Amino acid sequence: MSDVTRAEVCAVACAEAFRGDGEILVSPMALVPSLGARLARETFEPDLLLSDGEASYVAGPWPLGGRPPATVEAWLPFRAVFDIVWAGRRHVMMGASQLDRFGNQNISCIGPFEKPTNQLLGVRGAPGNTVNHATSYWVPKHSPRVFVERVDMVSGVGTDKDGGPFHDLRRVVTDLAVLDLAGPGGTMRLLSVHPGVTVEDVQAATGFALHVDDVVESRLPTDEELRLIREVLDPKNLRAKEVAPA
Amino acid sequence: MADKRMTEEQVVAELRSGMTIGVGGWGSRRKPMSLVRAIVRSDLTDLTVVSYGGPDVGLLCAAGKVNKLVYGFVSLDSIPLEPHFQAARKAGAVEAVEWDEGMVQWGLYAAAARLPFLPTRAGLGSDVMRVNPGLKTVQDPYGGEQLLAVPALHLDAALVHLNVADARGNAAFHGPDLYFDDLFCQAAEKAYLSCERIVPAGELGELTRTRIARWMVHGVVEAPHGAHFTSCVPDYDRDEAFQREYVTAAKDPAAWAAFRARFLDGDEASYQAAVKAWREERDAA
Repeated sequence: MSDVTRAEVCAVACAEAFRGDGEILVSPMALVPSLGARLARETFEPDLLLSDGEASYVAGPWPLGGRPPATVEAWLPFRAVFDIVWAGRRHVMMGASQLDRFGNQNISCIGPFEKPTNQLLGVRGAPGNTVNHATSYWVPKHSPRVFVERVDMVSGVGTDKDGGPFHDLRRVVTDLAVLDLAGPGGTMRLLSVHPGVTVEDVQAATGFALHVDDVVESRLPTDEELRLIREVLDPKNLRAKEVAPA
Repeated sequence: MADKRMTEEQVVAELRSGMTIGVGGWGSRRKPMSLVRAIVRSDLTDLTVVSYGGPDVGLLCAAGKVNKLVYGFVSLDSIPLEPHFQAARKAGAVEAVEWDEGMVQWGLYAAAARLPFLPTRAGLGSDVMRVNPGLKTVQDPYGGEQLLAVPALHLDAALVHLNVADARGNAAFHGPDLYFDDLFCQAAEKAYLSCERIVPAGELGELTRTRIARWMVHGVVEAPHGAHFTSCVPDYDRDEAFQREYVTAAKDPAAWAAFRARFLDGDEASYQAAVKAWREERDAA
């Protein structure tokens, strides 16, 4: 399987982040995490709930960029999304304009809040998500611009803050590696590097020192996973738009 | 029996500078744009705007109407960032009250229920607490946990756009999501509801979609295509081409002046006519 692409490895790494989640809503905020979530549901996490991106829970597989499946399971307006956030039955995989060594995330603005050099989305649901349920992050371009010493506006709450009883930061998946926050003092730890990437590559693309002990290579998709990715879940290869072939 | 039908101009005549105005919808979805455009044309100024923000926020910022903005996000959905909102923030032109989007719901709900605050965990540990130093925590009197006390977001006026309403203010959404329009109405001293069609009482459609009852509503405006260029499903989808035109224009002062002159300086009927002419030109090209 030497023709496996980096994007496919990333999709599997995202799917792995949802392993063990059971019957909860998974909310992926980008293409490759969406692919990962659908892949997890088609393989080892069949009870996951997925939104059509509008206001319905939908059953069955559907391709990236394609029409959601016809089977609507239940209604999921934004108010019901907020309710499931409060209930904690959700695992979100958000993006991050900045992410620091403690997993503090910023999607709000760059520079001082009072007069930012760039205004982004706003904190959106990141503060509430991170203190209420499982949160992972997806960074399609691992770089020192994203992995910074200090984020400008803490949107998603990191491990150095009091995140309360339900704070649960899981994985950080990037185009280079998989990380978590189980290093000393809740710091970022390198778990695996994608095939063709070295620990040094990841460290060089990170603006702070990573905790590194037993680093393995990220696993490859199985034959069945590759078939699902290529034929069912992303036949248009939109994943390559988010993660270019290495 | 109260007939609450009004025009956009009559709504604006009831508003005052300095008011706190909540705008329903979500991002670039089912926004009461004809009412927003009427405010843009008015002398109103110094407004506090509460919104799950989209082009409503952008237009009001561009027109210099906003003093303070209460929001969790401002986005055009298919285009993630709102250029006028970005420009206003980068210029430091508006006071920004940036909350978690769940906090905004809680603030509206507290106002709707006449409570001073509602507790939540959303916001704790984040810089929402740093940039909003007025936010306070409250101790759970039963267990002891510290929770964020989201203050009630009292609105002087709410503006929402629904698919159908009757003349007394009962209204229904026919699309996938009510968003928080009922809470905006209930949190407001006076709610003004625009709609695609005014229909006779009892003909709003499926009962479970009639989520706005007339006690929540002060005025009803019939505004076909009133949510344009945001979506108002199933009546119409977002006008993606026009939204791109808006964003392109917003990024350049000369282009924005031309956009404003062509589309925004006249009344609502001339806006709709200008959009129609723009679409015909585009289709002919």
